[in-house]
Amino acid sequence: MKSYLQAILAIAHKDLAAEIRSRELVSAMLVFSLLVVLIFNFALDLDKSARENVAAGVLWVTFTFAGTLGLNRTFAAEKDRGSLDGLLLAPVDRTAIYFGKLISTMTFMLLVEIVVLPVFTILYGISLFNLPLFGVILLGTFGYGGVGTLLACMAAQTRTRDVMLPILLFPVTVPVMLSAVRASTGILLNAEWSDILTWINILVVYDVIFVAVAVMVFDYLIEE
Amino acid sequence: MTTSTPKVLQTLNIVSILMFIISLGLIFFYAPREVVMGEAQRIFYYHVPSAWVSFLAFGVAVVGGIAFLRTGNHKWDRLGLASVEVGIMFALMTLFSGMLWARPSWNTWWTWDPRLTTYAILLLIYFAYLMLRQGIEDPDKRARFGSVYGIVGFISVPITYFSIYLWRTIHPALFGTNSSETKMTMEPAMLQTFIFCNIFGAVLYTTFLWHRFRLENDTAHVEELRMKASNA
Repeated sequence: MKSYLQAILAIAHKDLAAEIRSRELVSAMLVFSLLVVLIFNFALDLDKSARENVAAGVLWVTFTFAGTLGLNRTFAAEKDRGSLDGLLLAPVDRTAIYFGKLISTMTFMLLVEIVVLPVFTILYGISLFNLPLFGVILLGTFGYGGVGTLLACMAAQTRTRDVMLPILLFPVTVPVMLSAVRASTGILLNAEWSDILTWINILVVYDVIFVAVAVMVFDYLIEE
Repeated sequence: MTTSTPKVLQTLNIVSILMFIISLGLIFFYAPREVVMGEAQRIFYYHVPSAWVSFLAFGVAVVGGIAFLRTGNHKWDRLGLASVEVGIMFALMTLFSGMLWARPSWNTWWTWDPRLTTYAILLLIYFAYLMLRQGIEDPDKRARFGSVYGIVGFISVPITYFSIYLWRTIHPALFGTNSSETKMTMEPAMLQTFIFCNIFGAVLYTTFLWHRFRLENDTAHVEELRMKASNA
């Protein structure tokens, strides 16, 4: 068990170290997110009350788009450098690769989210600093990253890989998007807690089911 | 490899055609005109069977996927692919017949009702499935990825349905989808037609699936021969 955890952390550490040195991915995700936030503002031409109603939706669309950028690189980079074979040769359980990648992807997404939240607060004039919202963001990012890591591994091995990922990922993650947006909107508009909890429940159920399924099938995606 | 069409399948062909003709007769001449919805209601005799048959087809694809991943026998994967393709056909039937019905009944081609929305997403998942398979050259990898995506996609459907259902029922319903369907009283002649059409749907699915499966087997065989020829 201990060596399994060490393997997961080693893989996550490797990705994070590579990112700290190159700073390619997170900076690209970040600039992209800010662009999406700005574009939404022009496209929807929002006044004060409209901003409050769509804020959560805009926020989550931004996160998922940025997440797709990050996910596309997680396995594609390994494939390009030929280091995926090296990972596969490592004498560890294959699911350790999945969890390691999940941790690094989530870290990238969370870093972007930490920067986007204050910017969003300033630009949209809505305070996003409250604890329940952070919880929802964490759960949503986990669910999105969980399925995304699995499908990114698949997409990276297809011919049209960058194009493939969103097509595979978006229809499957509709429940995450929907429940995360609903829960966030509820929190921002001070809705009844019982309503918000329903959505958080769906989010948790989705996270548990999909990470469990991903662990079960991940082996089949990387056997050579 | 290529054998003549089995006797049972030949019989199924004929039975399917006959049932198709009989079902049309039953729908247009035997079943009475529905009082509330009028002639448009007759679409329902094809709409409902295609809907559940499409779910059956995607379910069969999951079973095929799991069996392939466990045994590594490509026959299972070919069955899964065949079932997905036939399922998409039935799903499109459901979608278009539903839209044709919705126009006179709800006065719109489309509404974002949970059932409709989930169904549209379901279709997109299986289009993605086909695109995924097209993007992979290695047959073994194609089969493995296809199986995994078939399973993951199908699992997401009930959660998607549930979440959209919750989302929409919090808002006031514009169209009483549930009430209009449950309130529709079926006369014996309607019920008989309906049951016949459901059996017809199942028979048609079996026939199509079998043909598509045989075609896929032949394709795999041809590919194998081509590989052998190019190696020799």
